[in-house]
Amino acid sequence: MKTAHPFTSEPGTVGEGLAQRGVSRRNFLKYCSTLASLLALPAGMAPVLAAAIATARRQSVIWLSFQECTGCTESITRSHSPTLENLIFDLISLDYHHTLQAASAEAAEQAREQAMHDNVGKYLLIVDGSIPLGNPGYSTIAGISNHAMLLDSARGAAVIVAVGTCATYGGIPKADPNPTGAVSVSDIVKDKPIINIPGCPPIPVVMTGVLAHFLTFGKIPELDGLGRPKVFYGETIHDRCYRRPFYDQGKFAQSFDDEAARRGWCLFKLGCKGPVTYNACATTKWNDGTSFPIQSGHGCIGCSEPNFWDAGGFYQALSMPITPVQGTLAAAAAAGAAAGVAVTWHNRSKKSAARAAHQKMTVDDLKREEQ
Amino acid sequence: MNQRIVVDPITRIEGHLRIEAETDADGRITRASSAGTMVRGLEIILRQRDPRDAWAFAQRICGVCTLVHGMASVRSVEDALKIEIPANAELIRNLMIGAQYIHDHVMHFYHLHALDWVDVVSALKADPKATSTLAQSLSGYAKSSPGYFSDAQKKLKGFVEAGQLGIFANGYWGHPGYKLPPEANLMAVAHYLDALAWQRDVVKLHAIFGGKNPHPMFVVGGVPCAISIDPSHVGHGQGPHHRGGDSGTALNMTGLQVVQNVIHQMKGFVDQVYVPDTLAIAGFYPDWFKQGEGVGNFMTFGDFPAKSMNDPASFLIPRGVILDRDLSKIHPIDVNAEGEIQEFVSHAWYKYSVGKAKGLHPYRGETELDYTGPQPPYQHLDVDQDYSWMKSPRWKGKPVEVGPLARVLMLYASGHVQTKELVSMALKQLNAPVEALYSTLGRTAARTLETKLIADAMQGWYDQLLANIKAGDLKTFNDSQWEPSTWPARAQGVGLMEAPRGGLSHWIVIENQKIANYQAIVPSTWNAGPRDAGGGQGPYEASLKGHHLHDAKQPLEILRTIHSFDPCIACAVHVTDPQGEELVQVKVY
Repeated sequence: MKTAHPFTSEPGTVGEGLAQRGVSRRNFLKYCSTLASLLALPAGMAPVLAAAIATARRQSVIWLSFQECTGCTESITRSHSPTLENLIFDLISLDYHHTLQAASAEAAEQAREQAMHDNVGKYLLIVDGSIPLGNPGYSTIAGISNHAMLLDSARGAAVIVAVGTCATYGGIPKADPNPTGAVSVSDIVKDKPIINIPGCPPIPVVMTGVLAHFLTFGKIPELDGLGRPKVFYGETIHDRCYRRPFYDQGKFAQSFDDEAARRGWCLFKLGCKGPVTYNACATTKWNDGTSFPIQSGHGCIGCSEPNFWDAGGFYQALSMPITPVQGTLAAAAAAGAAAGVAVTWHNRSKKSAARAAHQKMTVDDLKREEQ
Repeated sequence: MNQRIVVDPITRIEGHLRIEAETDADGRITRASSAGTMVRGLEIILRQRDPRDAWAFAQRICGVCTLVHGMASVRSVEDALKIEIPANAELIRNLMIGAQYIHDHVMHFYHLHALDWVDVVSALKADPKATSTLAQSLSGYAKSSPGYFSDAQKKLKGFVEAGQLGIFANGYWGHPGYKLPPEANLMAVAHYLDALAWQRDVVKLHAIFGGKNPHPMFVVGGVPCAISIDPSHVGHGQGPHHRGGDSGTALNMTGLQVVQNVIHQMKGFVDQVYVPDTLAIAGFYPDWFKQGEGVGNFMTFGDFPAKSMNDPASFLIPRGVILDRDLSKIHPIDVNAEGEIQEFVSHAWYKYSVGKAKGLHPYRGETELDYTGPQPPYQHLDVDQDYSWMKSPRWKGKPVEVGPLARVLMLYASGHVQTKELVSMALKQLNAPVEALYSTLGRTAARTLETKLIADAMQGWYDQLLANIKAGDLKTFNDSQWEPSTWPARAQGVGLMEAPRGGLSHWIVIENQKIANYQAIVPSTWNAGPRDAGGGQGPYEASLKGHHLHDAKQPLEILRTIHSFDPCIACAVHVTDPQGEELVQVKVY
């Protein structure tokens, strides 16, 4: 495939910035193939990705924080690939973000208005936190209600990315009895494409991966019925769990430090919600592939599912019947165009024998496979 | 001319904080008002739920100090039900809390506070070679070559020249309040980036014990992660589905080694980067050791038990109150005494059945939403009436400061040897008297010194954990009271801890196996709450008095002092009440 040299691009573009910083073409392409793997793209797409990224001006991003705990922001700082530094220095221009931006007060609000003005119709709007409709005084920034600020900022956005279960589905503020009348972004904004990246918080590489996808192709990845990118939310945690063999053998931990728990047997009876939770924790894992809740002995609490706070106690075993293994692929196939993506991803990780060997599957593993 | 200055949003903090300050003709602050402007209602959401689930809800009070509310919550249930946790669980919790301090304090310094003192744009003028000389004169940190600083400068240059300043846009660059030479600015910018990479790695400690960070997992009665040192379990049959657990849990020999590596990485960065940077930067700002002092009263609940949470004498950080800077007397705290810990709502958007003038002990705490502020969009709050979603906690009616400065003073007053040495070392290097501690930079320096203290203590907890495992003690969880059928019909308890931002308390009342009442009084509420019934200011408001603003449009001075407290406002505001709903006028804006 013939592509332009990534670094012979226009001034002010990402490519020029990378060249200036002494990033080699080889390293850049390597990064792009990691990204391609992460996004389940065919290996041949890496150079296309590289060319697209290199010629782009850094994408303007406005990040609004409403009824939130800053866990989503903390999570994105933990992303190992791409890192937050990769993102904010090379790929995006984070023009408004309360936790990280230097400016406060009027200067901060001016930065938001300037970015909206300069990039009208083009900027990416990221939102974490729910929006209270009970009373506009329940949450304000610079004297402006969250509802008004969301509508104002959404108007000129190209795409909205709702991160975290609060912004995507209302999250904990919406939990019974929802004292502030909290709602999600998609409950309010109806005329813009919205990508939902749920999780409390979402997995760091899932957030950065979705951002990179948008940046590269200028369009949103394929979403499921709940607005989630299928590539990361296509399978349940149970389907991909390293403890799944124990479930199939009927071997369960009965307590948090019995012999079965020490041997890593299935946590189903201790309330694990892995079978009904669609997320990538069991494959990408957390914090550079170090672990994930089940590996550290605690059942999944289902934090990326809508209304999980009200879905029964975290230590109550599920009563519903469990889908057999084959169901995964069948479900993916039924999802039309997504099938290719899901199955490719599935097969690729199968090839790595990660599942058979019960080894952790990290972004780095994916990268190695590409080479 | 007298002026009203509004700083909203205050950025580089957790949450939604607004400061309204009145200045006199000279631009000096005469009165400051601190307002939390976001409410969610977690305490009422917690009611009628399973107390064993409470930690996960409570933890979402805050994702920055991401484990402290989960920890305080499990401690409150354990206190109420009189559950003793195994020694290994106490050690693992100490390691997790300690890691939280070190991670949180370093990130606060570099990513939230540093830009108040470091002029990013000035770093472009630095000579990388001179920067290298400066860095090497301060510490033996390996990343200190001219090439290293030249790379950092190039990165910054490309960023600035592209004309898209991103997070650095509209900063107060060039403000005369910035005093660092270009080389010191460049060094700090390089370490800003370094610390971003470092923090990502050191949270792996939480991932081993708690499965992930942010928001690691906990369990009432111990820790969820079983110790899995048995190398493999022989499975039966053929194929992957019949294989044994050859990796067990994350807490196996590999996981323990990860923890050990993280402890080394933490200590290395604190000793070689964080401590020398704090002292070097502070040295350029002697004026900031003379202002920003606050209320002069300090409180700690204490933490890091050597034995158990029920044995405060074994805590690394002691419990007590210091009044009027008098370090010769540590006042004891009785957490259950009706008249000691109380919360007031005199200037907050809540109602009390006993009226706005009286305080309530948290076991009897009421919270009824009553928003009487202006309808948004608004220019000003009415700071003579109610103006915040934060309550005003008081100890025996007095405002107290909580946090790193309170802890360092408590350790100092109780004669803790290493603390005394660290404080003397720092003061000597800064050529400052002991009174310098009661200031904006005194608070910032105290945070750094306690980080060093805890980074040093981590190895001891790890070694003890390993010794226990070696001796065959694998117990991490006490299941004797796991089943709700074993609980009394009614129980109440408090979970106390020292969170990175200060003393934290969660109060739980359990009735018929469900949560009947849940109250959290958090560090930033003690520090950032509004005035009380008698007009008494909390630490934030008191600390700003007398600050001179060079330029009201660039309130750098306010940011310096407010950031020195490390605000966490989602923490500070977390309350509502069911009755409140009916009283609030529901209006879709």
